[in-house]
Amino acid sequence: MIRVENLRHVYKSSSGDKVALDGINFSIDAGEFVAIIGTNGSGKSTLAKHFNALLLPTSGKIFVDGLDTSDEKNLWRVRENVGMVFQNPDSEIVAAIVEDDVAFGLENLGIAPEKIRERVDLALDAVNMSDYKKFAPNKLSGGQKQRIAIAGVIAMQTKIIVFDEPTAMLDPQGRREILSMVKKLHAQGKTIIYITHFMNEAAQAQRVFVMEGGRIIRDDTPREIFTDVREMKRLGFDVPIAAELAERLRQKKFKLPPKILTANELVEALK
Amino acid sequence: MISVKDVSYTYMTSTPFEKLALKNISFDVTDGEVLAIAGHTGSGKSTLIQIVAGLIDLQSGSVVIDDLPVADKKIRRLVGIVFQYPEHQLFEETVESDIAFGPKNFGLSDAEISARVEEAMRQVGLPAELKKVSPFELSGGQRRRVAIAGILALKPKYLILDEPTAGLDPLAKENLLKEIFGAIKKSGVTIILVSHNMEDIARFANRVVVLAQGKILFVGTPRELFSQNEILNRAGLEPPAVTQILRKLNITENALTIDEAEKIILKHCPRK
Repeated sequence: MIRVENLRHVYKSSSGDKVALDGINFSIDAGEFVAIIGTNGSGKSTLAKHFNALLLPTSGKIFVDGLDTSDEKNLWRVRENVGMVFQNPDSEIVAAIVEDDVAFGLENLGIAPEKIRERVDLALDAVNMSDYKKFAPNKLSGGQKQRIAIAGVIAMQTKIIVFDEPTAMLDPQGRREILSMVKKLHAQGKTIIYITHFMNEAAQAQRVFVMEGGRIIRDDTPREIFTDVREMKRLGFDVPIAAELAERLRQKKFKLPPKILTANELVEALK
Repeated sequence: MISVKDVSYTYMTSTPFEKLALKNISFDVTDGEVLAIAGHTGSGKSTLIQIVAGLIDLQSGSVVIDDLPVADKKIRRLVGIVFQYPEHQLFEETVESDIAFGPKNFGLSDAEISARVEEAMRQVGLPAELKKVSPFELSGGQRRRVAIAGILALKPKYLILDEPTAGLDPLAKENLLKEIFGAIKKSGVTIILVSHNMEDIARFANRVVVLAQGKILFVGTPRELFSQNEILNRAGLEPPAVTQILRKLNITENALTIDEAEKIILKHCPRK
């Protein structure tokens, strides 16, 4: 579905060039749920913007559904395949009424009005926001606004959805809402790429990329990555609290099974 | 001391959009403490801190800061407020001039301003060689530090921090919290920390005020709060992850940190 070959991206500025991505290689299959973690400045967002050709590689290639993103002829087809949801819902919302906002992308594709109506209704229903379709977006909470942004992407019916820290500005309840929405979309067959600073969110993906200094330094299951407690701490990451507690108890001579990740697994092992 | 008494606030009074934001809020902030204000989005936290900082006029009740009513312009020099995502408010060409902007408006001498800029940069852990750099060339975490330094340079006696670590990666977040709380507390500043992160509240706050739907649900220590599941649920807050694990093990003791949780488990659970 997505194939990245020797991707390198350099930002040019007056104070000198900055290599944001280097030596990136991977492929993601249709229907996968991949989380990307990394410190600020590790290149996560730069990578995300390559998936729908908001940025083009300085060298190397990205293929989305077989389409080379750096070939200008492919631009619209790439964007029909990849939807993006960003961190700040306030900077994504463009219309004065919720349903107009969801329809915005579709109108630009030149879809017939009755088709638009149908897709917007379905999309708002999918994010449980049908009751708010006539609302002004500024009357909504951060979590609700982010759901509207997701509805906009659902309405576009892209196969791939890239989320760039969609929960960073939300409170705990808003975060839970968005994550359950993401898991639902994954269950329906969408390919999900999910960038986050919240390790408990990344732990729910099928596969995790760890980024550092513009490179992917690990690509594995969340269990393998987050139970490697000492290495993750050394790299400056948090791990789910149960994994860290299990590691500490092992050092105090507790005989616990390896690779404990969740609170329930730890509790089970201690009982 | 800050004394908040019977404060209520309604947005868009006498219109169809009338919305009660705060109802009968009373609490004190003692000099030198870190007081957390916790609550869900829409609980009234933002309205409350803006009233305390004198940015929204009182409708009813009173706020007194060191014997001055909040409407007195002098309190602007006593209370500093760092909004969410304060780095969005950076605008000057260099780090130095951005931090100096507030002190300049206070009419301080150039020598005093430059001393304050240097001290504020030290407090937030920004190396002095960044002074002449454009804030827009810094990382997100560093930009946030510049914005906070701009407020510290005003030397407020009371500092309101609204979700100071939102959106930062775990390492940047940890460093910012440690450095800022270390440096600020040493200088004797009283802090009001607005947060929905129970881990941060557990580690840094002496007391916590919980708001829900514009009312105070709880005032007390974080430790007391985390033993009250019903209040946390009503406020839409989650206890720290360590507390949740202890609950599942049927241990009633409360842990605020992973160190405490480890000790409690060592005491209660047999080594197999």
